[in-house]
Order: sequence, then C-alpha cells, then structure tokens
Amino acid sequence: MRRKFGLLEGLVIVAAVLVVADMYMGLIYAPDPSNLQTEVTRKAQHIFYYHMGMNVMAGSALLTNFIASVLYLVTRRRFWDAVARSAAEIGVIFGIGVLVSGSLWARPTWNAWWTWDPRLTTATITVLLYIAYLMLRNAVDDPGRRARFAAVYGAFAFVSVPITFMSIRLWRTIHPTVFGGSNPNAQGAFALGSHIRQAFMFSMVTFLIVFFVFLLVRVRLALVEERLSAVRETLDALLSRGADVEPIGRD
Amino acid sequence: MIHVRGLVKRFGYTIVLRGISIDIQAGETVVLLGPNGAGKTTFLRILATLLKPNAGRVTVAGKDIVREPHKVRHLLGYVSHQTLLYPDLSARENLRFYARLYGLPHADERIQEMLALVGLGKRADDLVRTFSRGMLQRLTIARALLHNPPILLLDEPDTGLDPQAAAMLARLLRDVAGEGRTILLTTHNISRGIDFADRVIVLSRGRIVADRPSSDLTPHDLSEFYLNAVTQEAA
Amino acid sequence: MRFWSAMWAIFWKDVRAEFRTKDIFTGMLIFALLAVLIFNFAFDLRVERAKEVLPGVMWVSIVFAGMLGLNRSFILEYDRGSLSGILLAPVDRSALYLGKMLGNLVFMVAVEVVLLPIMMVLFNVNVLQPSILIFVFLGTIGFAIVGTSFAAIAVNTRAREVMLPVLLLPVLVPVLIAAVKGTANVLDGGTLGEQMSWLRILGAFDIIFLGIAFMTFDYIVEE
Repeated sequence: MRRKFGLLEGLVIVAAVLVVADMYMGLIYAPDPSNLQTEVTRKAQHIFYYHMGMNVMAGSALLTNFIASVLYLVTRRRFWDAVARSAAEIGVIFGIGVLVSGSLWARPTWNAWWTWDPRLTTATITVLLYIAYLMLRNAVDDPGRRARFAAVYGAFAFVSVPITFMSIRLWRTIHPTVFGGSNPNAQGAFALGSHIRQAFMFSMVTFLIVFFVFLLVRVRLALVEERLSAVRETLDALLSRGADVEPIGRD
Repeated sequence: MIHVRGLVKRFGYTIVLRGISIDIQAGETVVLLGPNGAGKTTFLRILATLLKPNAGRVTVAGKDIVREPHKVRHLLGYVSHQTLLYPDLSARENLRFYARLYGLPHADERIQEMLALVGLGKRADDLVRTFSRGMLQRLTIARALLHNPPILLLDEPDTGLDPQAAAMLARLLRDVAGEGRTILLTTHNISRGIDFADRVIVLSRGRIVADRPSSDLTPHDLSEFYLNAVTQEAA
Repeated sequence: MRFWSAMWAIFWKDVRAEFRTKDIFTGMLIFALLAVLIFNFAFDLRVERAKEVLPGVMWVSIVFAGMLGLNRSFILEYDRGSLSGILLAPVDRSALYLGKMLGNLVFMVAVEVVLLPIMMVLFNVNVLQPSILIFVFLGTIGFAIVGTSFAAIAVNTRAREVMLPVLLLPVLVPVLIAAVKGTANVLDGGTLGEQMSWLRILGAFDIIFLGIAFMTFDYIVEE
C-alpha cells in the first residue's frame, strides 16, 4: 500500500526540526545562569529546559487522558478509548523522563539524587497511577469492558492528582526536611536572563508540539479502527434488517 | 408481549446473534432449542436486560428494554445455571433479600407461598449451602417468581438435575405456565422441551432456523426435524 | 424510597452472611495483627520509638487488611453470577454501590474496634482519644469509598488479587498521608489548626470521591 505524504508526515518533520532546534537553544544558545555557584551546577541547569518540556508533555497527556475517558463514557466511541490509551502511554514515558531528568539535575544542584519535594513526589505517584492504568487495561480481555474500566479509573486517577499534591505539600510545609530544603536555591531558582527565558519558551512550545505529534501518530491507528468500527456497525444494521451477510475472514 | 426486531449481538469480533426477529404473545410457552454456541443464552440474557444489543430493537410490554430497562425489570423473572443465591443465608433470608430489592408488599406471606409452591417449606430456614442441586434450582425458581412476573425466562434449568428432580421441575413449570404466564425456556432435552411448550424455535449460529407450533411435531420426527434444521444452517 | 430500601437490603445481606461465617472479619483481623507484629520486628519498636511509628504502623496494617476484605466482598458476588441477581432487579446501581460500600465500611470498623485497643496495649499509647478516632473514621470512609469501586473493577480482571492494591494504593495516598500525619499530630500534642488542615483534606477526599464513585458505578457494573 502506497503511503502518501500527508499532513501527519509533515507534522512529524516539523516536530523533528523543532526538537533539533531546541537542542541548540537549550544547550548552546542559552547561557549558563550567572547566579549559580559552581561550574557543574551551571552546566547541569540546562537539563531544566528538557525537564520542563517533558513535564508539559506528561501534563498534557494526562489531561488528554481524562477528557478522553469522560468522552468515552459519554459517547461509547472506541476512538476516545484509543486516545485515552495513547495519552496514558505518552504520559507514563515522559513522566518517567521528568523523574529521571529531575534526578540528574538534582544531583549536582542539591547533592542528592532524590528529594521528597512535593512536586517530585506527586510526579512519582502520578506516574505510578498511570502505570496502574496501563496494567488495568492489560488485565481485561473484553475490549468493551476494558475501555469502560479504564475510563472510570482514568477519571479517579486524574482527580486524585491535585488532592495528592495538596496533601504532600501540607506535609512538607509542616515538616521541612533536611533533604533538599537547606539550599535556598532549592526551587531551582536561577536568574532568568532574556536568553534563558527565550530558550525556556521555545522548549515549552517544542514539547507541546511533540506531544501532539506523538498523540496523532499513536491515534492514527485508532482512526483506522474507528472506520472499521463504522463498517462493523453497518454490518450489524444490515444483519438487523435481514440481509444475509457473512463477514469476510475471521467471524 | 415480547417483540424482537433485527437483534444483533457481537462480542468483540464474534457475531453471536445475527438479526433475530420474533414475536412472542402473552401466555405463550416457547422452547428455544439449538446447539451450544447458537446464541440461546445470549438471547435470554439480552431479554433479561443483563446485556445490551449492538443493533435491533427489543420491546417488552411496549417498553424498549435498552432505553427503559428499569421499567421492564419487574416484568421479568430469570433463571440460569448460576443460582444467584447466597450460600450463607437461609432460603427464607435469600427470598427476603430479593423481596426487598423488588419492593414487594406482604413479603413474608409471599415467601411462604413460594416456598410451599416449590416444595421447600420445611427447609425454609436452612442455609442454602446445604441444599442439593435440585433444591437449589427449585429455590431459584421461587426467587424468579417472587415478584410474580408475567414473563419467565429459563436458561437450561434442567442442567445437572437427576431425572426425578428434572421431572419435578417440569411439573412445577407446567403449574406455573397454567397461570397464563409467558415462558421462554432453553433446554438440551429436546423431547421434554417440545412436550412442555406450545411453540418450538430452533436457533443455530445466531439465526432462527425453525419456528413451529409443537403440535406439528410428532415424537417420531422431532429429532429429525431438529437435526435438519441445525445441519441446514451449517451447510 | 425504594432506593434506600434496596441499599439497606444489600447492606444487611452482606453483614448477615458475614456474621455467619466471619471469614472476612477474622481474615482481616489476623492479618492486621500479624502486620503489627512484623513491624515490631522490622523496626525493633521499643517504647520510645513506638509513639513515632505508631500512626504509620496502624494505618498500613488497616489498609492492607482492608484490601483483603474488599476483595472478599466482591468475589462472593462474582462466583454467584457476578451481581446478576441484583442487576436483574429494578434497583438503582448507586444503591448497590452504597450498600456494598457501607458493608465494607462496617467490616473495617469492626476490625478497627478490636485492633486499636490491642495496639494501645502493645505500644502503650492512648489511641482511643476522640481526636484520633475521627481520623480513623474519616480515613476508613475514604478507603471504603474508593476501595468499593475499585474492587468491583478488579474482581473482573485477570490478576484479581494483585490488581486491587495496584489500583487502590496510588489513589489513597492523600488519605494515608492525612490520616497518618493527623494521628501523629494528635499524639505529639500538636495544634488544632494543623489537625484541622488534615481533616479538611480527608473530608474533601471523601466528598469528592463519593461523588465520582456514584457517577461511575453504573459504568462499572453494566454490560
């Protein structure tokens, strides 16, 4: 089957170009922030652009999963289920990316691989939530049931994230800990010169676009499935009206 | 009473019911025959509102069962090979539970009546876990009839019963049928089924392949009739 | 009217059946006690440390014991025909949810009624103060609210017993944190203000998830 060069292929190329450009922006264009002390922390700060980028991706993914889950329950169209699944997968992968990049940044900056900082901890729990979502999908054989259960869990999961964040933050403000709290630059504050701000914005936009491209690629399969669903429904309607039709291939 | 038009049910890629259309009048007793996998259980479960169809329309007493299942449920009694009874409760407690779910007034009298009808009056306060298969089936029928539904759906109620229990069950059903109820029953016991019902429907591979009044069928030609109907479809 | 009647019918059915066998209750209680014992060995809990660790030990034991109970209450239905009997009846699905949830809540409270005094003796700490009990109550409610929904889902999956903890624990994190920290705060003689913050989180969790559970239970049980 000949693949024609369509909109999606174009977007993939655009995204690829943006990512390369973002590498340049983050690593070369953006200068080392002036206020950080050591050479290492200054260099390490560059991770931040990608860390925040992946954060944006993961966040968009989870929001997409929530909306798609609700839409599935309302419309029962398999398409929304496919969107929800794709979004969850993207969310988990880039959520893990956020944690890893955060860790790599934390080591030189705060001298610890891990801090129990509220955002990081919430991020970890969130990743676990959506891994649970994917495990749930895996454990149900019937496709209709799988979509229903996943959508319900997706709704619970998404709503739990802000509450989890608030509870962890309350915990942290009441008990400021030894890890990660001593350094006043703990929140990753660094001087935002204009170049840094530009690099930052560029990163956010790039990653947002990359998210959409990833989602569309994953969902393209779902679009085909949706067309197949429509065919199946037509078959059902024909059968219903008494036509003597036999589906080709597997019954 | 029950009107089915173009009922289609799919499980994933497998089409189990391929456009079933049938009308069942109030008071008819119908036996549904067919090989395993023909779709009998699925059909009954859809009528019982436990499953939703993929296409087609089913109305019971004028109400669409997909759009208004809650308006239809009190009209249906369903018996399947799963007993739907709780083993750690007594027969009476089980029936009381269902009576409350159906919101029945004068429940205790009704329960007593039903237990007597199925011959379990003496075992009313024994735990269900002590019951034999035959007794379980009788109690299940009591449960299904508790709310006095005009329609009774029975999915192979004679499975796992020894001949005496099966005969007792048949007698019980005949009594119940005499009250003008609409009964739809599936069974693998062809002769008993045809004996019991007014109308014989044969289902094969998701389609109705035969629909005759049982009076048309003599004991001699009934197995031939059945095999023909079934193999014709397989051809 | 029928709604409440159906809900109580389901609730009493579960309670009555459980009362006969006491399977769920005993299993949960033994498990909780064993958990406490194991923690004792794992952390070498001498009297001084006990107060610090008690809230955590208590809540972990309750949560894991609770999961055992949740599983049981739905597996019983599943093996009888997967709630079909109840679904056949003209019963609002939310009434089914509430009845099950209340049943689970009562089982857990029953276990806590035995567990807490025992812990009090073992750890020599007074956990039966009203300010702690309210944390126990709200936390248990939160557990029952979300646990009932997820148990209904998990019982229909392949790896039933494994699925429930995997689904439940991440969502329960706020309950765990608020309950443990609130309890610890009371034991340390903390301020009412702090305790109120934790209570507010527990309360918000309970209300929000009760709403979501209500709205979604239909989708979980209907085929």
